Amino acid sequence: MFEIFGVPSQALFGQLLLGLINGSFYALLSLGLAVIFGMLNIINFAHGAQYMLGAFTAFFLLQYVGLGYWSSLIVAPIIVGFTGILIERFFLQWLYKLDHLYGLLLTFGLALIIEGVFRKYFGSSGLPYQMPEQLLGGQNLGFMFLPNYRAWVVAFSLAVCLTTWFVIERTKLGSYLRAATENPTLVRAFGINVPRMITLTYGFGVGLAALAGVMAAPIYNVSPQMGADLIIVVFAVVVIGGMGSIMGAIVTGFGLGVIEGLTKVFFPEASNTVIFVIMAIVLLIRPAGLFGRRA
Amino acid sequence: MERVDPLTIPAKGLRDWSEPIAFAAMIVALVIAPFFAYPLFLIQALCFALFACAFNLLIGYVGLLSFGHALFFGWASYLAAHAAKVWGFPPELAILTGTATAAALGLVAGALAIRRQGIYFAMITLALAQMMYFFALQAKFTGGEDGIQAVPRGKLFGLINLADQMTMYAFVVVVFLAGFLLIHRIIHSPFGEVLKAIRENESRAISLGYKTDRYKLVAFVLSATLAGVAGATKAIAFQIASLTDVHWTMSGEVVLMTLVGGLGTVFGPVVGAFVIVAMQNYLSTLEQWVTVIQGVIFVLCVLLFRRGIIGEIAHALRVRL
Repeated sequence: MFEIFGVPSQALFGQLLLGLINGSFYALLSLGLAVIFGMLNIINFAHGAQYMLGAFTAFFLLQYVGLGYWSSLIVAPIIVGFTGILIERFFLQWLYKLDHLYGLLLTFGLALIIEGVFRKYFGSSGLPYQMPEQLLGGQNLGFMFLPNYRAWVVAFSLAVCLTTWFVIERTKLGSYLRAATENPTLVRAFGINVPRMITLTYGFGVGLAALAGVMAAPIYNVSPQMGADLIIVVFAVVVIGGMGSIMGAIVTGFGLGVIEGLTKVFFPEASNTVIFVIMAIVLLIRPAGLFGRRA
Repeated sequence: MERVDPLTIPAKGLRDWSEPIAFAAMIVALVIAPFFAYPLFLIQALCFALFACAFNLLIGYVGLLSFGHALFFGWASYLAAHAAKVWGFPPELAILTGTATAAALGLVAGALAIRRQGIYFAMITLALAQMMYFFALQAKFTGGEDGIQAVPRGKLFGLINLADQMTMYAFVVVVFLAGFLLIHRIIHSPFGEVLKAIRENESRAISLGYKTDRYKLVAFVLSATLAGVAGATKAIAFQIASLTDVHWTMSGEVVLMTLVGGLGTVFGPVVGAFVIVAMQNYLSTLEQWVTVIQGVIFVLCVLLFRRGIIGEIAHALRVRL
């Protein structure tokens, strides 16, 4: 062990890792928000609640069905994504012709409902979720102790983010999506079922949030409030990055997580607010966001 | 934003008189209300009514959705409470202190938020409010989780003792009406007409030579200031300033009140505030379900009921309210 700027390396790299983990969640969530906004023109305020639903679904699957972490990683996002599809069909599809703000208000209402119901039945305290056996323990890297699970979360999130980027930017399916974002009427004229694409996009974005929730379950406790404050930070991340670019959302998410982690080491009082301060600075210097296009 | 302008084909005579008649009805209601309801309930509802009217000035007349208005409401209540309790200010100066704080915060937050349009504006205001929530949580003078308690109501202008519930009610009515009439004046002034032009078509307003950013900023500061008046008055009347008033749930509540009453209507926010505050008081035994019910109201309002209560009435009568 050695010291950097008077801080023990374990503390520094530990916080950096925690920052990377938070950054993975920021990236996954802001990616989902960007994908949803691109297709639906709706800012999904329920994203935090759906992240929480992912964690709870994993918890229920383990408790009542006996499905462990690895199955939950696939099953929970599908289940929560499916509830997203229902939400899109029952509620959101009526709002596309209206101002963006109504989508925000409706999903805000949905978030209140979902979080309220879970708080009623599960209280405010968190429920523990077992870490998968295979990822218990960790590696001693000399300058720090690296818990296996945390390394897995960072690596897997990065892989999911990059895959999403690849699918949207480099495949045929992605080109349909991007075309439909630009001009839905024209894409429909080519015989592509745009409304179904919109529905599935929302389901996919919600599934990403749920996936983040499942990964968060063993690190943080599973609690009804876990998504409520997180979503506001993610909004700030989205403002900083701008929603125009998928890669932008990923880079901004991870980058801000790391900055937040470093702030925890050097200036802990500001760790809650640093992302908001960065947002204010970015608004002053580059109002369109780091990767955004001027609207 | 989908315009829910009730004025499609106005019936001429009724149109000219609808607002004064509604205003007279509101005055009568405020005078007889203390005989039917608890003064404290009315005080609370009036503070929120002014808060909602201030919020409505932005969403209804400039088309800007602020999701962080608790910032101004809550911080004004902290400063008013601190001024009255620690500095020993009389109530009118304490409220002024809170209001000035809200105005200053509104200037900073507004200058940042108007740099982006539409949906980003809502997210920026929400994020800035959350930042100031954390400051309130950590700052010494706010008392953290406890808040500032046992704030003295004091004597208004050194003469009128506000300890009496009915006197306090009368004072809050005066403050509310002053704020309400000021907002009415603003939206019917040439300045207000420019705001509505920006709401309808910002690019065209720019092309006509209006510096729309400046208009938006002034409107934002006015709205924040009036929200501050409401928060500061509430702190003095209820003798407490707490974290509840700066939390994002409070920002959500004021959106809900305005939405229920009718976005962009003059009387809607007042009615909406009374409905929501009454609901919270009468359903308080249901505890956690209140949040769920609020969520359901949000969803129903957005899907089926976008004009709100007053908007629907105005639409049915073909008048402007």
